[in-house]
Amino acid sequence: MDRMLQPVIEVKDLDVGYDDYAVLKDLRFAVNKGDIFIVMGVSGCGKSTLLKSMIGLKAPSRGKVLFYGKSFWDEDENGQLNMMRRCGVLYQSGALWSSMTVAENVALPLQLYTKLSKQQIREMVALKLSLVGLEGHEEFFPSDMSGGMCKRVSLARAISLDPDIIFFDEPSAGLDPINARKLDDLILELRDGLGATIVIVTHELASIFAIGNNSVFLDEASKTMIATGDPKKLLADSKDPRVMRFLTRGQN
Amino acid sequence: MKGLSENLAFDYSMPKTLLIKLSGDWHISAGLLSESEVAGQLASHPDLVRINFSVKEDLKWDSGLIAFLFKLIKECEQKKIQVAREGLPQEMQKLLVLALKVHENVALPSKAHQSFLAAIGEKVVRMDESLRRALDFLGDISVSGVRLISGKVYFRWDDFYLLVKRCGVDTLLLVSLISLLVGMILAFVASIQLKMFGAQIYIADIVGIAMVRVLSAVMTGVIVSGRIGASFAAELGMMQANEEIDALKTLGLSPVEFLVLPRVLALVLMMPILTVYADLMAILGGFLISIWMFHLNSLEYLNHTHIAVKLSYVWIGLVHSFVFGVIIAVAGCLRGIECKRNAAGVGNAATSAVVTAITGIVIATAIITFICQVLGV
Repeated sequence: MDRMLQPVIEVKDLDVGYDDYAVLKDLRFAVNKGDIFIVMGVSGCGKSTLLKSMIGLKAPSRGKVLFYGKSFWDEDENGQLNMMRRCGVLYQSGALWSSMTVAENVALPLQLYTKLSKQQIREMVALKLSLVGLEGHEEFFPSDMSGGMCKRVSLARAISLDPDIIFFDEPSAGLDPINARKLDDLILELRDGLGATIVIVTHELASIFAIGNNSVFLDEASKTMIATGDPKKLLADSKDPRVMRFLTRGQN
Repeated sequence: MKGLSENLAFDYSMPKTLLIKLSGDWHISAGLLSESEVAGQLASHPDLVRINFSVKEDLKWDSGLIAFLFKLIKECEQKKIQVAREGLPQEMQKLLVLALKVHENVALPSKAHQSFLAAIGEKVVRMDESLRRALDFLGDISVSGVRLISGKVYFRWDDFYLLVKRCGVDTLLLVSLISLLVGMILAFVASIQLKMFGAQIYIADIVGIAMVRVLSAVMTGVIVSGRIGASFAAELGMMQANEEIDALKTLGLSPVEFLVLPRVLALVLMMPILTVYADLMAILGGFLISIWMFHLNSLEYLNHTHIAVKLSYVWIGLVHSFVFGVIIAVAGCLRGIECKRNAAGVGNAATSAVVTAITGIVIATAIITFICQVLGV
């Protein structure tokens, strides 16, 4: 699990849109192994669309997103499944399956992609829930739990297969500052422990500066990226007023 | 798991200390190691006070190994055996610290497991509660209806017209098809007995009376409960899940007046019209079969239908359809309003709305038929 500076995701000349309408264009950046990479920008700038494109839910209009040098859309079905298996996603709402218990939610990826026995899956689920601080909550349904707990269960599900890359869509949305901070710490600990690469779509400045070490800034007006790099360095060095206005909550 | 046990070696060279040597591939894809491998070692050396680890360079791991160590550490905690993790890789130590961390969780109420029989018993006991809620809801709708007449309700007529279209025009094709086929089927079934007496002309009487008095209303009710009742429940259920109903309440708007009343009125208005239309389609179905298959005289068939179907039968059919309209709309809206705030809740609400409506239709049909029998109509 040694971490080297190698690109895990490469976004090359990417355009994404709906029908003829371009949401984003000319995106070029790379996410390196072990990065906590932030996709940031104002509401409506296309952050979630970019995320969908990165996790294979939306085909690009032009260009490519490469995972370890391979494009999801150029792979056959087995290749695509292998790529999906290496990615974990935590959706904004948690997106837990409400008809299943917490344990069943976390167990489903293990049932689909491993040959573990029922008992072994139970042990893995107990471990994953312990990692997110929810040991002993296996038999509850998502409707029994708070929003913060649902997010943690969703994170346990996202890491159930030890993914190489974990994507987070607005992880702090709807959480109080204390729980948001706890989730940030958990993301850091999981990155260090699992050796995973993290991509986070967010506009929460506290999280961006606390855990991000690389980023891309999307601009709503020009529909493209206007800055990339360590968010703390962007705050110190960026000359672009749009980036500075965002990073200083509109004060500059 | 022979492969995995080969990746594990035990060394007792130090007194009261077990050194576990880890090597090889421990990925989940290789499975998980059985607990008995180490449990056997712990049992055969009851004087153990400490476990150390060492790893070989070829060790490859993911949370499959963490799950094994997690279980081992928990077991050692119970047996008061100290587990020294210093020999493990840094990342592994971090994950173990995270997994073993005691979190301050909010205690959720514990889940009580209920037996199958107990669950059925509870449902039976709660049936009267469910009936009372339905009657309360019907009462609220009636009060809202009175308030509408007195002009005290904020009523969106545009929504109402759209609902009337949805309940009526959008359902017409399905009602046409089903009624036409039911009329045909009834004609076929009646002919089996009647042709033995050369009395096939009475197919007209049987189709006309059965469909107009009750069957058209019942068939229309079943179609509408599946199509409209379920959609009312799902729609209001989603509004409940999205807190739209709470938003109405905070504006001082009654969800019954704003959401339920237009739906009930639209359906109660359209059900009798759909039923009369279904009567005509069913008679047409019986007519077509009688003319084509049994070569009956068309004018004679129509004349028989005209004589057999009395105006009072049409009224009985309309009463059925009115009652069914109320049942379907109330069941759909009630299940939607009571819906739990999740996707499964919305699905359950839609299913429950259809089941409740169809059960209600059958019970209401039995009651109305009995009353008609007593009154001699």
